[in-house]
Amino acid sequence: MREMVKLFIAVAVFSGLSGGVLAAIQNVTKERIEYQQIKFVKGPTIKRIMEGCTNDPLTDRVTLADKEGDIQFFVGKFNGRPDAVAFETFGKGFGGVMGVIVGVDLKADKILGVGVTTHSETPGVGSRTKTDPSFAAQFKGLPITEPFQVKADGGQIDALSGATISSRGVCGAVVKAAEIYERLKPSLMQKIRRKQG
Amino acid sequence: MAKTVVQEFTKGLWAEIPPFRLVLGLCPTLAVTKSVENGIGMGVATTFVLVCSNILISLLRNVIPKKVRIACYIVVIATFVTVVELVMQAYAYPLFLKLGIFIPLIVVNCIVLGRAEAFASKNSVVRSLADGLGIGLGFSLSLTALATVREILGNGTFYNIPVFGPSFQPFSFMVQAPGAFVCLGLMLCIMNILGKK
Repeated sequence: MREMVKLFIAVAVFSGLSGGVLAAIQNVTKERIEYQQIKFVKGPTIKRIMEGCTNDPLTDRVTLADKEGDIQFFVGKFNGRPDAVAFETFGKGFGGVMGVIVGVDLKADKILGVGVTTHSETPGVGSRTKTDPSFAAQFKGLPITEPFQVKADGGQIDALSGATISSRGVCGAVVKAAEIYERLKPSLMQKIRRKQG
Repeated sequence: MAKTVVQEFTKGLWAEIPPFRLVLGLCPTLAVTKSVENGIGMGVATTFVLVCSNILISLLRNVIPKKVRIACYIVVIATFVTVVELVMQAYAYPLFLKLGIFIPLIVVNCIVLGRAEAFASKNSVVRSLADGLGIGLGFSLSLTALATVREILGNGTFYNIPVFGPSFQPFSFMVQAPGAFVCLGLMLCIMNILGKK
């Protein structure tokens, strides 16, 4: 019995110490890891959407609370004025959840650009929603409030052949982005302005 | 006859070089050696875990109760692996994305647990350090050697630098899974021939 207790204490002490050390290290690296993830996963897409901006949208970001958790808005400045935001929403594709970055022009409420970040679509088929620039280009310049749908569903977006479900997933994510945008725009503008001033 | 500290170190480089002589740790050996960069990254990560866990286990060899030693070793090893994972995410995110699941899997790498059980739990700290360094370095060198052959033949590059002219047709079989087995088999064969003398 006494030996059992001793063994139990030994393992418990070991696990406790290890947990403490790891918590400390996680605390130290947390911020950097978050930035790295933004930089390498979302970064390239955001940079492409915000082409010509004069700041680094990855560092100029504001976080707002929404129904389903916090959303990060990446602010792009053109000629020194914060005129665009980009943020990530999610749609349901063929292989699972698709992350889509949507860039919006704050003055005209028009889409600046769209780009897929994370997905598990079929390589060479659904994955073209990410790699084929002509697909994403269809969204550019359209008002964010439009009901985006693929042509097969009566909408305006040409689905990639063989990848209707993935294309539908991107449309769904953009529609969701429009909802979030409309819901959060007042508080978003306020927050950006406060950050400016 | 007792070996000197130097001998403990050098045995890992030839006589007990992990994948080729002991034929241990084959999972990462086969899986990550598509490119030299991955091979070196994996080698460094494993060496770090091996050295740290060897030192700590050797320090605690009289404290850890015999009956729960394996559980305690795994806690120690898992802690260091998580440290590597966090640090790699913070400072080498692209490499982390490439190595993916194989970083957490170092926990179950039988080289690491094997050295803890067979060596560090019975030897002094200095000897364990030398042993860990030697085995780790041997493992890294093996991964690098295997990755060099596979990357040069399969991709025409060495550490992402092209080595052949533009007319080179990559032998892409070598960077796929079967190529890994064939290549490892041939290397084992060469090692055995050299070792026979």
